[in-house]
Amino acid sequence: MELVMIIVIGFLFAAATYLMLSKSLLRIIIGTGLLSHGAHLLLLTMGGLKEGAPPLLGEHAERYVDPLPQALILTAIVISFGVTAFFLVLAYRSYQELGTDNMEQMRGKEEDD
Amino acid sequence: MINLLLLPILIPLVTAILLIFFKDRVVWQKALSLVAILFQLAASVLLVRRVYLEGIQTLNIGSWPAPFGITLVSDMLSALLVLTTSIVALACLIYSFYAIGKEREKFYYYSFFQFLLVGVNGAFTTGDIFNLFVFFEVMLMSSYVLLVLGGTKMQLRETIKYTLVNVISSALFVIAVGYLYAVTGTLNMAHLSIRIAELGQSSVLTIIAVLFLIVFGLKGAIFPLYFWLPGSYYAPPTPVLALFGGLLTKVGVYSILRTFTLLFYHDTSYTHALLGWLSMATIVVGVIGAIAYRNLRQIVIYNIIVAVGVITFGISLMSPESLEGSIFYLLQDMVMKSVLFLLVGIVVYVTGTNDLNKFSGLIQSYPLLGWLFFIVALSLAGVPPFSGFIGKLLIVKASLTEGLLFEAIIVLLSSLLVLYSVMKIFMNGFWGEKKGYEPKPIGALYVPVVFLILLSVLYGVGIEFIRPFIVEATSVLVDPMIYIQAVLKE
Repeated sequence: MELVMIIVIGFLFAAATYLMLSKSLLRIIIGTGLLSHGAHLLLLTMGGLKEGAPPLLGEHAERYVDPLPQALILTAIVISFGVTAFFLVLAYRSYQELGTDNMEQMRGKEEDD
Repeated sequence: MINLLLLPILIPLVTAILLIFFKDRVVWQKALSLVAILFQLAASVLLVRRVYLEGIQTLNIGSWPAPFGITLVSDMLSALLVLTTSIVALACLIYSFYAIGKEREKFYYYSFFQFLLVGVNGAFTTGDIFNLFVFFEVMLMSSYVLLVLGGTKMQLRETIKYTLVNVISSALFVIAVGYLYAVTGTLNMAHLSIRIAELGQSSVLTIIAVLFLIVFGLKGAIFPLYFWLPGSYYAPPTPVLALFGGLLTKVGVYSILRTFTLLFYHDTSYTHALLGWLSMATIVVGVIGAIAYRNLRQIVIYNIIVAVGVITFGISLMSPESLEGSIFYLLQDMVMKSVLFLLVGIVVYVTGTNDLNKFSGLIQSYPLLGWLFFIVALSLAGVPPFSGFIGKLLIVKASLTEGLLFEAIIVLLSSLLVLYSVMKIFMNGFWGEKKGYEPKPIGALYVPVVFLILLSVLYGVGIEFIRPFIVEATSVLVDPMIYIQAVLKE
């Protein structure tokens, strides 16, 4: 099971890298989304994918899945939500101000403004 | 009062939250943030004293025993860094009062300032690798906003690049933590150190060590991961820039120092040799940039890169002497880089340009400013009575003890070229005939600059007074067992 997950995560990372190397800013942001998906799935996989009950003591199971990676992922998800929301608004503002979403045209120094 | 080590995190956090409630009362904003910084400074002085008298301070949050809960650890190194952060922040805050402008102040500037300090102080104090990630994000999120606040075209453009690079490096950090957790099954740094020692740094741990080097190298701008820094640091206003230049890259350097002395110190022939070569390349790249530009900000920005290279070179040698040199150099460099940005800010305020070709003869109207700049230039290069000397001396000495003659020569040559790059500003900008500016009063802007320069001169002169603290900080880095025993209480 871990092997399948690792291959899928590898595809996510490849797609994220490809998108982040493109010219359009929105594609880049989609790439960062895929990258954080990959990272979160990786945390889950690396914690181990063995059979077990959900980590709720009310389940009275013999063994539970590891609760720590789930807490880490939850933290990482909200952080990347915050950053992505900020990044999207930043992209919107710079589209308004600079009039382009092409990264090739976002060059230059203060003299060019 | 076992919670003393929490105060440098708690005080700015509470202040930042309070500051949200009255965003239009600028005077109150200023007063409250000034009082908070003074309290934070007092708390960090007490913390240094406490660590000096009683040894490493640890605090298990929520009373959960060490590997299971989050532990905050304040050894001498992190206490000194927290103290330096408070000093730099105080100076930048006072400078902000006069320089940042109403339109930014009314949009939560001081709140973000305090949140940045929460992140930095937290990153210096934490003893848990995932908690370090969270504090990194607190720091980075505030830095994104401080970078873009004001919304000029250049700020928008550069914030996009800065945010993208840091999003990627944060994802890599999460990935690295995931790998490390899979191998060791723990996140507490002291416990990690034990587990890694038991595994004897197998090849997979070396790979993880290099991944951490990439992550922290992206934060701390070492070669070849420095590419985002020159553009991003060109955009923000002066006090924000001074804060960034003093604190942000140094958190990355501290993380390298911590992980490579506490966690991954078993296979130094690979990881530390790699760090050594990268440091050399960092120094060379920084020096090339510093002498290539005739733009005030770019010169100082490339000087940051040179200093990062020198510090990480000291780390890569892993001898008590070189680590001591790195700590000496790290502390003074945090202060010197912010003071240099503040000085450049004053010059730009007077002349209205960053271009060194467009003005000269400043010393005729501003003798004090000129001689202050001269002192800073000498300290930066490491001329003996001033602050940058002892750190570089120890690093060069350690390098020669290891038989690394070539590297020692590069460090010494880099000092020469750094001196050339700042003297270029001094000789072209301050000497010569008077042109390119109209004298205007700069009274209060002197206050933070003189404060920091005075401290740095005292640091240089009073090495014998400071040395016991640095030696204690080094002892923990040289012998990780001290740290482990303090945290896990075996």
